[in-house]
Amino acid sequence: MSYIAKPKVVHPGLPRNELGLSLRDYEGGMSTLCAGCGHDSITAALVQAAFELSIPPHRMAKLSGIGCSSKTPAYFASASHGFNSVHGRMASVATGANAANNELTYIGVSGDGDTLSIGLGQFCHAIRRNLNMLYIIENNGVYGLTKGQFSASADVGSKAKKGEVNQQPPIDPCLLALSIGCTFVARSFSGDKEHLVPLLKAGIRHRGFAMIDVISPCVTFNDHEGSTKSYSFTRQHYQPAVYADYVPPAQEIRSGQAAGSVQAVTMHDGSRVLLHKVGADYDATDRLAAFGYLSRHQAGGAIVTGLLFIDESQPDMHEVQGTPAEPLNSVSYARLNPGQRGLDSIQARFR
Amino acid sequence: MNPMSTQPANNDFTVKIANVNGTGSASANTLLMKAFFRMGIPVAGKNYFPSNIQGLPTWYEIRVSRDGYICRSGRIDVMVAMNAQTYRKDLADVAPGGYLIYDSTWPRDRQLARGDITVLGVPLARLCNERFTRARERVLMKNIAYVGVLAALLDLDLEVVKGLLRESYGAKAQLLDANQAAFDLGYDYARANFSCPLPFRAQAMGATSGHIMIDGNTTAALGALFAGATVVGWYPITPSTSVIDAFKRHAERLRKDPQTGRTNVAIIQAEDELAAIGMVLGASWNGARSFTATSGPGVSLMGEFLGYGYFTEIPAVLVNVQRCGPSTGMPTRTQQADIMACAYASHGDTRHVLLFPANPEEAFYLTAEAFNLAERLQTPVIVLTDLDIGMNDWMCRDLQWDDAYQPDRGKVMSAEQLEKIEKFHRYLDVDHDGIPWRSLPGVHAKGAYFTRGSGHNMYGAYTEDAKEYQDVVDRLRRKWDTAATLVPAPEVDCSGRHRVGIISVGSCDGAVREARARLAASGVGTDYLRVRAFPFGQAVQDFLDAHERIYVVEQNRDAQLRALLLLETRIEQTRLVPVLHYDGLPVTAASIVDGINQDMAKGQAA
Ligand SMILES: Cc1ncc(C[n+]2csc(CCOP(=O)(O)OP(=O)(O)O)c2C)c(N)n1
Ligand code: SF4
Ligand SMILES: [Mg+2]
Repeated sequence: MSYIAKPKVVHPGLPRNELGLSLRDYEGGMSTLCAGCGHDSITAALVQAAFELSIPPHRMAKLSGIGCSSKTPAYFASASHGFNSVHGRMASVATGANAANNELTYIGVSGDGDTLSIGLGQFCHAIRRNLNMLYIIENNGVYGLTKGQFSASADVGSKAKKGEVNQQPPIDPCLLALSIGCTFVARSFSGDKEHLVPLLKAGIRHRGFAMIDVISPCVTFNDHEGSTKSYSFTRQHYQPAVYADYVPPAQEIRSGQAAGSVQAVTMHDGSRVLLHKVGADYDATDRLAAFGYLSRHQAGGAIVTGLLFIDESQPDMHEVQGTPAEPLNSVSYARLNPGQRGLDSIQARFR
Repeated sequence: MNPMSTQPANNDFTVKIANVNGTGSASANTLLMKAFFRMGIPVAGKNYFPSNIQGLPTWYEIRVSRDGYICRSGRIDVMVAMNAQTYRKDLADVAPGGYLIYDSTWPRDRQLARGDITVLGVPLARLCNERFTRARERVLMKNIAYVGVLAALLDLDLEVVKGLLRESYGAKAQLLDANQAAFDLGYDYARANFSCPLPFRAQAMGATSGHIMIDGNTTAALGALFAGATVVGWYPITPSTSVIDAFKRHAERLRKDPQTGRTNVAIIQAEDELAAIGMVLGASWNGARSFTATSGPGVSLMGEFLGYGYFTEIPAVLVNVQRCGPSTGMPTRTQQADIMACAYASHGDTRHVLLFPANPEEAFYLTAEAFNLAERLQTPVIVLTDLDIGMNDWMCRDLQWDDAYQPDRGKVMSAEQLEKIEKFHRYLDVDHDGIPWRSLPGVHAKGAYFTRGSGHNMYGAYTEDAKEYQDVVDRLRRKWDTAATLVPAPEVDCSGRHRVGIISVGSCDGAVREARARLAASGVGTDYLRVRAFPFGQAVQDFLDAHERIYVVEQNRDAQLRALLLLETRIEQTRLVPVLHYDGLPVTAASIVDGINQDMAKGQAA
């Protein structure tokens, strides 16, 4: 296994974004995951989303914990800094990084093991701080990298490859996130790129903590008959509540986009998210209703997907902290140093 | 105390106040201590407090020392016994010939008396109950009243006391009056009923100008503030919490940006210490100066991340205010028992730069220096203080800050540098000092690299290759050798004439100095080295080589500094003799003198 940078052979006809970059400029090293692993599809969707948003790659920072999923930041945006941290602790690293520089786009990739077991505490507290980042859980119901033990997202009754049946109730990251004030909660499926890309774009543009739980089957340890995180099970039980459409700031909403029961949410940068409701009664700006809807439908075995909840009005960590608009890492020392006079003013009180 | 004397004398005595916590005695005790300080007499205040909010025994010990010895004296000349619960023990602790003051509002059992000391009863509660009406006031003012008693007995300068009260309560006339009245109650009672002053008393000196009375948590916070720290991740734990409290307090005043009106810091209370150090690494990786403060249990939790920071070469500053360990239990007692845990914190081949301030003054300079070292060496640096340094008031020389100071941000590639080079390699030792160049996120696409744990090669690319891995850890070892040349040198007092050396660390310093003076007075000459950093460097080796027998004085059971010396220098076991103190109270000169004398007596007997 080695880190091979793909040559960026650029066809003259390849589409370019606002920065003049092609999709290839958002790609990374070659994946070393199993062929067919859901995580690779999410990587591809991330490449697409970052390309379409025209984010300068070097203004993006990728962070992860440990696991197959957490390896994936190496497989996209090789012109971005990456931080493959320790198991379950990506959220704290992202918190410090964001505190130091609030101008970068922070993309965190984690797994269901990394987030819902060892990293559950940090995950919850990053949500409570409304840390401005995109946080993706590549959810396969198992610990892939340690060879297939159940994770905390495994459903009751789901069968492991060797036959063991899970009996402990799962932690649903969406319900959990909703219950502790998460300002952007979404679920998607690695097998549905059309659905996932707009969610990723909206999540990146959301100012605050955007959590996307992406069902991402592990072909090696959890894609068999009896598993509730397999491709076929997910396809069968996949139940969109809302489709999200991302409309960049300058672009007009096309007439077709606004048809039916569409709810438009304006983001901080002026872009909008159009929420196409499947169930006419779904309101993605009503936290309690979203919680109820999810609980009811999941009890019936459905995997509810879409941009399930969004609240653009909440202050993010920096607003709560009252930090300056300027990134702290670029405030000059001259402005940080109180000097001998400042020191003397303190010492006067210790005489 | 004069090195040889065992009797109190003018400006050479110790007062101890036994109280119940939560009764508001802190301001009274500070008033008393400050009064000596303002009279120009060297003084030290040590607080022995429980891990509790209200109702448990607490002591405050004030040592007045004309010779400037400010470690714990170990001998009590005047005891103010305000706590019935501990009365028996407090009575027993008074040195023969000393004094005990108690609240005679309630009669004392005749059994609780001693013939070799003078017991002075003052009806403090009765006096205060007659004068004050509100319940809380009655409790609080008893404390000020005993300060009045002591002022009469020890002949404190009343103008100094008045001035201090005015500074504390000047804005609130009623409070000022109440405090002054309570002080007078005690003062007048003592003057009327006892022969004042005592045979030993305070006499104005000129030894405290150019000095401040300050605790090491405040100075460590100031060190971080002046070094330019902007991001703090932390989790509350005694005795380190007040580092962050002080940082916050002073930042709010001194870091307010005139341009934006905002404070140029982010202080984030984490969910635990794992998150706190994760935040520090994230912020430092992103180019901010960042730190955390914690104590032993927190360091244990930070283990994995500290190793990660070492291997990925991310600067970080951690102030560890040591307390009794292991586990929780004596959080309000001092110790130096995290030396080993910090030196090799984490799994795998890790080792960390440690700095060891001896007092609050040095805590200021070494904490500031920790940021330069962390960034120059691209590694976590741990400042090891302890509860004694961190939470007690020490007399220190005024702190100085060179207005020409510029932080050493180490080898960070600028956008211009990145633009010019062909390819950036994060972990390549281009300068042959073991220290590679780093790049910050967001600066230039050419600077991008992937930070990951042990699986990277010298270029920063993924590897699981045996040789590539070993190359990286070997280079990290070379960086360690560079570190040894950059860290602060030890403080050495070496005449070149003595066979006997003493090596010590951190807050032992004051007691060692006093012990050396006493030993010298009894004809035992010693040389002295105080380590200020790990790795040790050549000066430590030279000192070891130059002495036949070396006493290693430290405050832990397992002789951790000695063990580290044995591991990291060329010295035989038999030449390093441990002198240990580890009961949770600060070390005294007497215990060091005893330890060394005992060993010498053994040597003579053999
Ligand atoms: C402190 C620590 N404990 C255990 C491990 C071993 N470990 C590596 S990955 C992993 C689980 C990853 O599961 P998940 O986050 O679901 O990722 P997946 O591989 O399924 O994508 C574990 C337990 C570790 N790396 N660090
Ligand atoms: S083990 Fe599972 S999660 Fe890991 S790479 Fe293979 S398929 Fe993906
Ligand atoms: Mg998993």
